[in-house]
Amino acid sequence: MGSGITDVAIVGCGHVGFTPESHQYSWKELMFEAAVKAYENAGVDPRKDIDCFVTCAEDYLEGFSIFDEFTPDQLGAALRPAFTVTGDGIHGLASAFMLIRTGQLDVVAVEAHSKAADILTYEGVVSFAFDPIYNRPLKGHPYHLAGLEMNAFLQDAENTEIDCAEVVRKNKGNALKNESASFGEELSVEDVMGSKPLFKPLKAADVSPLADGSIVLVLASAERAKKLTEQPVWIRGIGWASDTPWIETRDLREARYARLAARQAYEMAGIERPRLQIQVAELDDRFSYKELQHVEALALSGGYRAGSLLREGYYDASGSLPVNPSGGSLGVGSLLEASGLYRVMEVVRQIRGEAGDHQVGDVDLGVAQSWRGVPSTSGAVAVMGG
Amino acid sequence: MRRVAVIGAGMTIFRRRLLETGKEMCFQATKMALEEAGIGMEAVDAVVSGSAPDAFDGVHMKGEYLSDGCGGIGRPYMRVFTGGGTGVFSPIAGWWHVASGLADVCLVVNEEKMSSCFPHPQSAFAHIWDPVLDRPLKPNLVWIFALEMNRYMTVHDIKKEEIAEVAVKNKRNAVDHPCAQLADPNITVEDVLNSEVMAWPVQLLDISPPSDGASALVLASEDVARQYSETPVWISGVGWCIDSTMWTNRDLYFPEYLARASKMAYKMAKIDDPRREVDVVEPYDPFDYKELHHLEGLLLADKGQAPKLTVEGVTQRDGDLPVCPSGGLLGVGNPIAATMGIKAGEIYWQLAGKADARQVPGDPQIGVCQAWGDLMQYSSVVVMKA
Repeated sequence: MGSGITDVAIVGCGHVGFTPESHQYSWKELMFEAAVKAYENAGVDPRKDIDCFVTCAEDYLEGFSIFDEFTPDQLGAALRPAFTVTGDGIHGLASAFMLIRTGQLDVVAVEAHSKAADILTYEGVVSFAFDPIYNRPLKGHPYHLAGLEMNAFLQDAENTEIDCAEVVRKNKGNALKNESASFGEELSVEDVMGSKPLFKPLKAADVSPLADGSIVLVLASAERAKKLTEQPVWIRGIGWASDTPWIETRDLREARYARLAARQAYEMAGIERPRLQIQVAELDDRFSYKELQHVEALALSGGYRAGSLLREGYYDASGSLPVNPSGGSLGVGSLLEASGLYRVMEVVRQIRGEAGDHQVGDVDLGVAQSWRGVPSTSGAVAVMGG
Repeated sequence: MRRVAVIGAGMTIFRRRLLETGKEMCFQATKMALEEAGIGMEAVDAVVSGSAPDAFDGVHMKGEYLSDGCGGIGRPYMRVFTGGGTGVFSPIAGWWHVASGLADVCLVVNEEKMSSCFPHPQSAFAHIWDPVLDRPLKPNLVWIFALEMNRYMTVHDIKKEEIAEVAVKNKRNAVDHPCAQLADPNITVEDVLNSEVMAWPVQLLDISPPSDGASALVLASEDVARQYSETPVWISGVGWCIDSTMWTNRDLYFPEYLARASKMAYKMAKIDDPRREVDVVEPYDPFDYKELHHLEGLLLADKGQAPKLTVEGVTQRDGDLPVCPSGGLLGVGNPIAATMGIKAGEIYWQLAGKADARQVPGDPQIGVCQAWGDLMQYSSVVVMKA
């Protein structure tokens, strides 16, 4: 990092969830509970110690115009600096990271949540993200695009539909050891291959179910972090990028946004051989094939195809480079814009040695990655170390 | 801390622009800003997008949709959203991209297209309310601003004639703005007082018009700024603050959240006596009383004394404290986030000596811009120095 610019650490985590429904909570209560846990974990008083609060949310998913209005009270942010990033949790994390590096702020909290169970017409909301002139009049189900993309990805590669089914089997199995995961299951590859066809080759089991929950992380400058905790988890590198919004002109075979974001994050962290240096990866797997695409984009398969390493057990929880030991979105449930922040929290727990039954061993360097879902081409990557 | 300069700005004409998409307006503003800065897209390291509710454009994940027009493809691209506060908040986000060392050049592009919201953008504002406590009352924005205006007038015994002076000043100032929508060289206080009553005490000419438009700023590190610009304008202070969602529970006569945001910005800019040091100011003026309210919140007038400054001519373009020399939202138009062009953009042009017919006399050295949003609860403030 540049001289005179502070390092930034994660010093506290809190979460609620993750469940297919959370009718006992309002979205405000979800945020409140996660925030209280995170502040306690970090040992900070939000009314005195936190200099800014960041929420990651999209209006249509919340059912509001200007959701930013409804964020301050439950976070302890009333009459304090706060704002909304309309992006994934790792976009919010990147904002907090930059704010602390300016030297003007010392402690920043980041919040993201999912209240998916309150969304009556999720596919309808997603379809409103398609170009209103060229794409929306086609009236297709939005996941057609995922089917097209999966098809393009598999045609080009040694990665196969069976490999995608292996991803589902692995992640649902990993989720059985994660007490926060709702969709853990012992599945066989045949079970996945035999699940309901949706948008060929995408099948029902390839798609992550939705879940509710909230995550809050507390970040601090190096000086403050060392006072607050004996185990700061440093953000060694962070990157985010977008590819074209046009579905007609993008390359459906690779996740360019993730490749560019990873390049930025690795460069900052000084990582030259990610496959050999990184000890745990929590990658977006909203659709099974996305995990393989993201493994390749983050250079976690080196010169090999992700599918071949996967088949060897390389990415198993007990493998050389565990990918999604939490169970990922396939096993935990997709948390919408909170998905990335949850993955960051998982890497923090692995580095702290607090991941419980799904701890993968001693971890000193891990990576978390997000994607904002169909039809977006935006993603972000955070590299963290002990 | 790294210093950050504004080295270029651009904005489109503010109108109902049915022939152009939001992307196209972003492209136009971006092109103008880059041309003024004298740099190409290849020099841009990161892009910040600012836009208010997705419901105006009717596009979910509006930031993703606008990304190509903003130059976001293949770059770190992030949208921030603080309701009406976005117009001055996204420049703050651009500031932290550069001040943190993550970017040397950051493009900030704000867009709003309200005309596609049918039959009127007010219908999008039906969804900004608490669903349990507010929405059943079917409030709209004009009504609640009427409550706030009434409270302000009642507490300080302010007359409507005094407030109407603001609308007259700004609509006359706007005659010199090439992008203006509602400039009027002949408007009088009587015209305002005789205009249609919307919700007492708010009348038609007290309100800024909905509009379509885009604006852009080029922000650069000190090295880059010195290389490209003869007239860099430095961002020397930033502040932002949110108040409680529960607008019914606070006294609306004074914007305490703005006072706190101002103090944060002045402290960083090392401004001890803003009334003596600030040469030109662009407060957010969606309604005429808001300019007065905001001058007091910006600590540039005592509580209840801003109308007096206006009546005495202090806030005219050639007065001691020129206020809204651009013509403001009242005269140029109110495409929410895109008003960055007449707030942050105008202060840049004024301090760079590039404001043409709108130039305030006396070689201004310090300027302040401010935006206001969410549920009468948010303010963002930027202090710039020549």
